[in-house]
Amino acid sequence: MVDSARLSLHVPEPAVRPGGQPDFSNVKIAKAGSVPRPEVDVASEDIRDLAYSIIRVLNRDGEAVGPWAGSLSDEALLTGLRDMMKLRAFDARMLMAQRQGKTSFYMQHLGEEAVSCAFRKALEKGDMNFPTYRQAGLLIADDYPMVEMMNQIYSNESDPLRGRQLPIMYSSKEHGFFTISGNLATQYVQAVGWAMASAIKNDSRIAAAWIGDGSTAESDFHSALVFASTYKAPVILNIVNNQWAISTFQGIARGGSGTFAARGLGFGIPALRVDGNDYLAVHAVARWAAERARRNLGPTLIEYVTYRVGAHSTSDDPSAYRPKTESEAWPLGDPVLRLKKHLIVKGAWSEERHVQAEAEIMDEVIEAQRQAEAHGTLHAGGRPSVRDIFEGVYAEMPPHIRRQRQKAGY
Amino acid sequence: MARMTMIEAVRSAMDVSMARDDNVVVFGEDVGYFGGVFRSTQGLQAKYGRTRCFDTPISESGIVGTAIGMAAYGLKPCVEIQFADYMYPAYDQLTQEAARIRYRSNGDFTCPIVVRMPTGGGIFGGQTHSQSPEALFTHVCGLKVIVPSNPYDAKGLLIAAIEDPDPVMFLEPKRLYNGPFDGHHERPVTPWSKHDLGEVPDGHYTIPIGKAEVRRAGSAVTVVAYGTMVHVALAAAEDAGIDAEVIDLRSLLPLDLDTIVKSVSKTGRCVVVHEATLTSGFGAEVAALVQEHCFYHLEAPVVRVAGWDTPYPHAQEWDYFPGPGRVGRALAEVMEA
Ligand SMILES: Cc1ncc(C[n+]2csc(CCOP(=O)(O)OP(=O)(O)O)c2C)c(N)n1
Repeated sequence: MVDSARLSLHVPEPAVRPGGQPDFSNVKIAKAGSVPRPEVDVASEDIRDLAYSIIRVLNRDGEAVGPWAGSLSDEALLTGLRDMMKLRAFDARMLMAQRQGKTSFYMQHLGEEAVSCAFRKALEKGDMNFPTYRQAGLLIADDYPMVEMMNQIYSNESDPLRGRQLPIMYSSKEHGFFTISGNLATQYVQAVGWAMASAIKNDSRIAAAWIGDGSTAESDFHSALVFASTYKAPVILNIVNNQWAISTFQGIARGGSGTFAARGLGFGIPALRVDGNDYLAVHAVARWAAERARRNLGPTLIEYVTYRVGAHSTSDDPSAYRPKTESEAWPLGDPVLRLKKHLIVKGAWSEERHVQAEAEIMDEVIEAQRQAEAHGTLHAGGRPSVRDIFEGVYAEMPPHIRRQRQKAGY
Repeated sequence: MARMTMIEAVRSAMDVSMARDDNVVVFGEDVGYFGGVFRSTQGLQAKYGRTRCFDTPISESGIVGTAIGMAAYGLKPCVEIQFADYMYPAYDQLTQEAARIRYRSNGDFTCPIVVRMPTGGGIFGGQTHSQSPEALFTHVCGLKVIVPSNPYDAKGLLIAAIEDPDPVMFLEPKRLYNGPFDGHHERPVTPWSKHDLGEVPDGHYTIPIGKAEVRRAGSAVTVVAYGTMVHVALAAAEDAGIDAEVIDLRSLLPLDLDTIVKSVSKTGRCVVVHEATLTSGFGAEVAALVQEHCFYHLEAPVVRVAGWDTPYPHAQEWDYFPGPGRVGRALAEVMEA
């Protein structure tokens, strides 16, 4: 028998806790423009490095550099900036509305706006996202009406979901946004199924799956990777690594493995890591993956490296588990400010126009809010009928539900 | 009209459905090239191609999860879970996803999937191949739950399930795959080829989901059963010489309450039989409904006959399985009350 010390359990801990100095020295960041852009038909084993590096386009000076630059026109970039600003303003108003008791709950995107806003622009009409709760940018960037989003958040009489879902759990088939489940990771594998169906029907549409870093520990994440790689499904497998899963740092779900992107490699799925706060990089990578999918080359896994600046939800207090200044120390900056700077450097934007746009956007959001609140908020004004509780469980109401509805007096 | 086993009837239902509708796809573990461990999908891949009938990785949540995504796209997946005992990894997908998608999206998305699974004991499958999990599904709003008891119903109900706009759990009692079973395990099994209900039309027909069938008319007591237990109940009534009315529920959710209430109001007595364990089993639901709706007609308390509240044993299978003896004693008990 080997004479060795007693065993002990390893429990990962983040570098710093509240009261400490924020430290991101462990986040290795490639220089903007330094990561190559392979052909879309590349084999996953030939781009293993891309699962460990970080694709970036915008450099410190606000210039777009390297092989991943140039996927968007100035006009498209201005639209992108507007989309992100709109999402930020929307968040600010809805967060306040929750604080005012107009709804029960809200989840914001602060710091992560580039991920969903830029991604949407790489998809086409008819493609389908299977989002989680921090991708409202997919709707905003597709011009889904903000009033409808607010009606959903307020569960009011005009809520398209008839008051049945938690706030922010939107659904829009028309806008390629699958109904959100509160159960994490379940939809990752559904996205793969949707993509397989598109391939079975020899269609040209593709699907996108969404998950957070923490939720990659769920078995459905792994089922999705197995099915996606087995059938070479036309799906983009997105992992939003915003460093935190409520109070749990990303190292708990990741363990000792290098990166979340690297999880794709064992499945033979090309895997990329991208600067999630760089609108241009997110768009370029998403477009690369979308082209692969559409050319029937199969799935791509993308890890977006970003930071959740706000609280997890309105029920969360991040100061209890991380330094208050940690978000300011985040080395990849703020996605809105970075794109703004880039456009100014290019001469397509200015500080004055930005201030003006901010005001215009806020007016637009406030006007939408006024319209939504005219239909009621969670505790005041119009609300969906109690009869709606009983409708729509099945296509046709079965006798037992009908009996219960009658007994309840509706 | 052909004589078919229940396996052949199930296969015929998928064949007819796949021929009629290009959107019907069939997949699961070993269902493609090999045709399934019970052979219920045999020949479908050869006939419809590898993209409409195929093998999957051993991942039940993956099978049901991808089926849900395909249904959202517009296909009609009919998937197989190799044994009901292995559906638990998929339970999350079934209860939190499939069952709720229509409701939570207010009809924006729907989930027309069928999940087939061989259930029940009586084939020496031990505790890992004998479970009857129907009550785990009937508790879930948004699912439909079907348990056929013969080839004719199995085909008509499976076609109806595939055409249904909502998710359907289709539980196939594997003890009945090759012939009716009356609980007398020492007697040879009667093949379906010698049974009326083994006569199955070749083409398309459906049996409405949510309608029970009276298998034996009687006036003294109502026996409510489904799946394998229908045959056990019939044998028990015969053996005991009791004028029992035997109802085959066929659909557990939605349930045909009218047929039960009509019968018990007439007989005044009720025995519920199922193979699944007793506690919180589907029999409890039936007993409660009978109490609520037929109280003033009842001459005796409702009695349940079920599997014991233990895992399904291998060597003592016949002592676990409710047979005609146990059902007969329950009939005598309610008749004496
Ligand atoms: C199956 C399941 N388990 C637990 C929860 C509770 N929960 C909600 S969000 C969350 C953290 C998710 O973290 P991550 O995946 O990193 O996403 P993020 O919130 O950071 O975007 C948890 C544990 C849940 N919704 N579903």
